Amino acid sequence: MAPVMAPSPIIEVSHVCTRFGAAVVHDDVSLTIEQGEVFAIAGGNGSGKSTLMREIIGLHVPASGTIRLLGMDSTGLGQMGAQDIHRRFGVMFQQGALFSSLTLEENVAVPLKEHTNLDPALIREIVALKIASVGLPMESATKFPRELSGGMRRRAALARAIVMDPELLFLDEPTAGLDPIIAAGFDELILQLKTLLKLTVVMVTHDLDSLWRIADRVAVLGEGKILGIGTMKELAQSQNPLVHEYFYGPRGRTAQKQYQE
Amino acid sequence: MIGQTQNSEPHVLIVNDSVIHCEGSWTIPHLTRLNDALTNIQWPAGEGLVWDVLNIRAMDTGGAVVLHRTLTQLRHDGRQISMEGLRPEFEELLQVVSSNWSQVSGLETSQESYRQRLEKWGTRQAQQAVKALEFLGECAVTVLESLKRPSLIRRQALIHSLEQDGFLALPITGLLAFLLGFVIAYQGAEQLRQFGANIFVVDLVGISLLREIAPLIVAILIAGRSGSAYAAQIGAMKVTEELDAVRTLGLSPMQILVVPRVCALMIAVPLLTVYADVLGVLGGAVIASGQLNVSFTEFVSRFEEAVAIRHFFIGIGKAPFFAIIIALVGCYQGFQIRGSVDDVGRRTTMSVVQSIFMVIVFDAFCSIVLSWWDI
Repeated sequence: MAPVMAPSPIIEVSHVCTRFGAAVVHDDVSLTIEQGEVFAIAGGNGSGKSTLMREIIGLHVPASGTIRLLGMDSTGLGQMGAQDIHRRFGVMFQQGALFSSLTLEENVAVPLKEHTNLDPALIREIVALKIASVGLPMESATKFPRELSGGMRRRAALARAIVMDPELLFLDEPTAGLDPIIAAGFDELILQLKTLLKLTVVMVTHDLDSLWRIADRVAVLGEGKILGIGTMKELAQSQNPLVHEYFYGPRGRTAQKQYQE
Repeated sequence: MIGQTQNSEPHVLIVNDSVIHCEGSWTIPHLTRLNDALTNIQWPAGEGLVWDVLNIRAMDTGGAVVLHRTLTQLRHDGRQISMEGLRPEFEELLQVVSSNWSQVSGLETSQESYRQRLEKWGTRQAQQAVKALEFLGECAVTVLESLKRPSLIRRQALIHSLEQDGFLALPITGLLAFLLGFVIAYQGAEQLRQFGANIFVVDLVGISLLREIAPLIVAILIAGRSGSAYAAQIGAMKVTEELDAVRTLGLSPMQILVVPRVCALMIAVPLLTVYADVLGVLGGAVIASGQLNVSFTEFVSRFEEAVAIRHFFIGIGKAPFFAIIIALVGCYQGFQIRGSVDDVGRRTTMSVVQSIFMVIVFDAFCSIVLSWWDI
């Protein structure tokens, strides 16, 4: 497992099939994600978006097919010795998944404390900087997750995901359940971080506004397959009825119109 | 991370008395080394310093923090700093660090003082006491109302609770009671045989079990088995907002959750106590016949003479009170859970510890009162 840089593409999903009992979630799904892009996985509820992301980060093993993440087989991520890969990507879960027994500051510090032997004072500085750069006030640093609002928890989870300056950031529904202003701010924040840290971002989302604003490429999942893959403009031309429905339903049209204005 | 991540150690060299030459990867994996080097370095005496950073291969936020802190310190000491060969992407990173730097120091001061923490603890304790009283009051009102109109009691919940907390507890309670009777008789046997007072094993087992040990062991078991379950169930319902849903449907969580559980335990604990009495005495009788030559018939006839019926009633009489304590403490702790995962664990533990504590205190109180009355 030599840490050779930039095995392009950064993620390679090939011929993945997933089943939960009799239900087929993915039926021969293949896609590649290049370094430096914001790649979105879209699709209706239950189309297996989150499952695909969980498979990429090694939390779920597909029934067949292979997934390579940063040049390593995803199924090996749970094993010892995979820490080198783990510290190269950050994950933000949908509900934040902050550790409820730790304060915000301690939560953000967890990867640094576990993966490095840095001086505590330096860890505090890096943590404080990350908390500030996701736009959280310093007063919130000593608060516990339950004392934070939903939007703040999401930001805190993002701070924890980027504290190691990963190359790759996974976001599971980053803007779901946030009000439009905070959601738009969150999109901005992700774009900022992407340019600043040269991140590759993989996000699962339903949010059509986010898709138009920040996604470089989008894969639409449905019926266990990839129905369409490309930029939003390309997908908007798609002849596939399900993709068409997704983008030209009442909400899709509004988001598209706003973006084009 | 920017730039290549070849494993190259970062270096800081002083050249020519005024030029600081930096190279390597200024990234988190190498930061400890770098930080040590920078804190131990002897800066040249001259006022102007030139930082040659052209050969820094990679830099991340950690590296930028270290660089920024060092530069700020040097500027603070009154030196002139100029940078040479800073890559634009590193410059961007440094800018983000410096624009947020004022806030970083804010973190250090946000620690609470002992006094503040003590005050917080005090108010929390006071609030807890008020809340406990509130809960007790609401509970008493609801229970009394339900007793006045028994049709209000949810029959299905009551029966389910009776099965879960009464019927399914039979094997473990029976086994424990039997073993306790066994152990008491066994330990007593040695002493009694020395005095030839074998027959008194009946008094020993009968009175201690019926009056104290059977009700206590049942209460402790139920506290561990059901009290904790009540706290966790109600707590989980609170976390998932089920309790709020119940309230907005115009129903009372007290009526739905607390009353059936209190009633079920008030029925189940006395019954379990009788059952434990029987099996405990049986355990004693087994030892009596095996070790002390007291046959079953002798045991039973002596039991009738020696063990007054009041001991049985005192034991049984305490059981419903134990039940109320366990059910109320469990439900109360459940209602106190506030939306976090470790709260569920903590409150569940507290429900067990507190209910066992209160059961034993209550039992001691009963003993004192009964001895005043000479019963």
